[in-house]
Amino acid sequence: MSIGLHNSAFKNPVIRWVDSRLPIFSMMQNEYGTFPTPKNFNYFWNFGALAMINLMIMIATGIFLAMHYTPHVSMAFDSVERIMRDVNYGWLFRYVHANGASMFFIVVYIHIWRGLYYGSYKAPRELLWMIGVVIFLLMMATAFMGYVLPWGQMSFWGATVITNLFSAFPYVGDHIVTLLWGGFSVDNPTLNRFFSLHFLLPFVIFGVVFLHVAALHITGSNNPLGIDVKTPQDTVPFHPYYTAKDSFGMVIYFMVFASLVFFAPNYLGDPANYIPANPLVTPTHIVPEWYFLPYYAILRAVPDKLGGVVLMFGSILVWFILPWLDTSPVRSMRFRPIAKWALLLWGVAFLVLMYCGGKPPEGIYVVLSRVATLYYFAYFLVILPLLGRIERPLPLPESIAKPVLRGGGPLPAGAATKPMEKA
Amino acid sequence: MFRSALRALALLGALAAGPALLPASAQAADAAGVEALPHPHFHFDGVFGTFDRASAQRGFGVYQQVCAACHGLRLLSYRNLRELGFSEAEVRAVAAAVTVNDGPNDEGQMFERPGRPSDRFRSPFANEAAARAANKGAAPPDLSVITKAREHGPQYLFALLTGYTDAPAGMTMGEGMNYNRYFTGNQIAMNAPLHTEGQVEYADGTKATVEQMAMDVTNFLQWAAEPEMEARKSMGVKMMIFLLILAMLAYATKRKVWADQH
Repeated sequence: MSIGLHNSAFKNPVIRWVDSRLPIFSMMQNEYGTFPTPKNFNYFWNFGALAMINLMIMIATGIFLAMHYTPHVSMAFDSVERIMRDVNYGWLFRYVHANGASMFFIVVYIHIWRGLYYGSYKAPRELLWMIGVVIFLLMMATAFMGYVLPWGQMSFWGATVITNLFSAFPYVGDHIVTLLWGGFSVDNPTLNRFFSLHFLLPFVIFGVVFLHVAALHITGSNNPLGIDVKTPQDTVPFHPYYTAKDSFGMVIYFMVFASLVFFAPNYLGDPANYIPANPLVTPTHIVPEWYFLPYYAILRAVPDKLGGVVLMFGSILVWFILPWLDTSPVRSMRFRPIAKWALLLWGVAFLVLMYCGGKPPEGIYVVLSRVATLYYFAYFLVILPLLGRIERPLPLPESIAKPVLRGGGPLPAGAATKPMEKA
Repeated sequence: MFRSALRALALLGALAAGPALLPASAQAADAAGVEALPHPHFHFDGVFGTFDRASAQRGFGVYQQVCAACHGLRLLSYRNLRELGFSEAEVRAVAAAVTVNDGPNDEGQMFERPGRPSDRFRSPFANEAAARAANKGAAPPDLSVITKAREHGPQYLFALLTGYTDAPAGMTMGEGMNYNRYFTGNQIAMNAPLHTEGQVEYADGTKATVEQMAMDVTNFLQWAAEPEMEARKSMGVKMMIFLLILAMLAYATKRKVWADQH
């Protein structure tokens, strides 16, 4: 090898020629082939790869939908129906794209939950986690703007309600709203800019996902025990071990996806969005898509508009400082007897908020929303900072390869052959 | 056998989606102030459901003779009727019965001509204001996607069409309003569209009871809203079988790869 060329290990002359000058093959080999990965992942570690696949499905179907969609208030609804009726397999592309948004949120919510439960946000992965929160915010913006495009009743009124939230901010609020609308109400300029941004943002997400993965490959993956990799015995090469495992998970994911697309394509949608947008008729219940319901419940739990908006945005922004709010050095909740239950309760609060967000803001639903909102924030701002000081964690295993179980005895029968978890 | 296997899979999917499905189904339950919808068996129900073409063809007759006076079907073309089993000649005859505005011609004039199969269904009113003015202030909705635009669409449609009764004693009705057991607030501007047995004459000898007509037009409008349904479900069944086999292979591969790590 002459000076200035990358020393490639590939034998094939063409690959070697390219790799010596631009080592993309070496990079792929290092990052996805031989990459040392903790051997004890459970199926929760599948969801990052699934999110990546989901993003690619959304971009691929979205590009074809954009070829047939017309972003104009008088034509958008009909152009979507034309896709459904007259474009070859248009119904398939549209239903994959619409349900793909729901699948994306299901996958990402499980991915985030994995991070919360196994402490993936803690040092040294703080930045990795924060980049993830950025991706989630971008996803929310993209999903929101995408939902406006079919220009049905929920598109229009959802857009009206959500953009109006910004008017709660003092001094700049009204200007922000005018800027978002491109005028003085949700109208054609709004639809046009939302379409443009809805096309742009997925590629921004793609870029930030690249950073997310790049940061992951510096720190390496966390694992269900939450302890650091110490010896080569703790890891297996990514390929073929996790390519094989992720492939199985991917097929299961496709089965869930397909059962929605083919047998219940409108189950997660709101029927009102099949009524063309009408600025003169307000629907009885304006509800966002299911994945936004928890934040919608937080918004409505607060009697004050600005307070509600601040808490709603705060409910996600608080994730940015989570690595410093959690003061415990122990990552995995498996070894945190109290925090584990506090987190599970937080998960329940999240689901309660999701339930209440779809209900009218009255009676018991308001009470439930308030209690759940309070706990949502208390978990991050009070419980986690305190627990790190007062909680006594269980003894940590010595290494991933040699887990020390409680009592230190030999592995219980069956533990080593359990197919779901390679502990 | 396959049916139950697929149901199980669908259930698996539903479970995985878990909390996500909760709000949607919960929302469905609180259509306030009206009776619970009856759930008749629809031919298009379920994973293997298809359109009952004979019923949907009769339903088209009901639409033409009853609904079309006030309700449009603007997203469909006459040519789409071929998919319901109508012949080319029948479709041409249906289309030719309407007059379509076209133009401008070479002299720059708009002109009228008989409809063609490629034309969209002609809507009964020129615009929404006209529809509103002619119908006690409530514009009759277009029916192209009506079964997708209401909670439990087909069920609701069937219930609404068969839900006209006399108002209960003591209830004050608005002027010109009709009592319907399933309509929100129970007062609906639309007069009972299907009211008399034999109101629509069926060519195939089926007895045209109100229930039968309601069922037929529900079948027709479900087809109108989801013309792709049969292709979708049949592709879905093939897809699930393919994925099931792929899942078994992927799992076997995964077990084999990991065998040395256990």
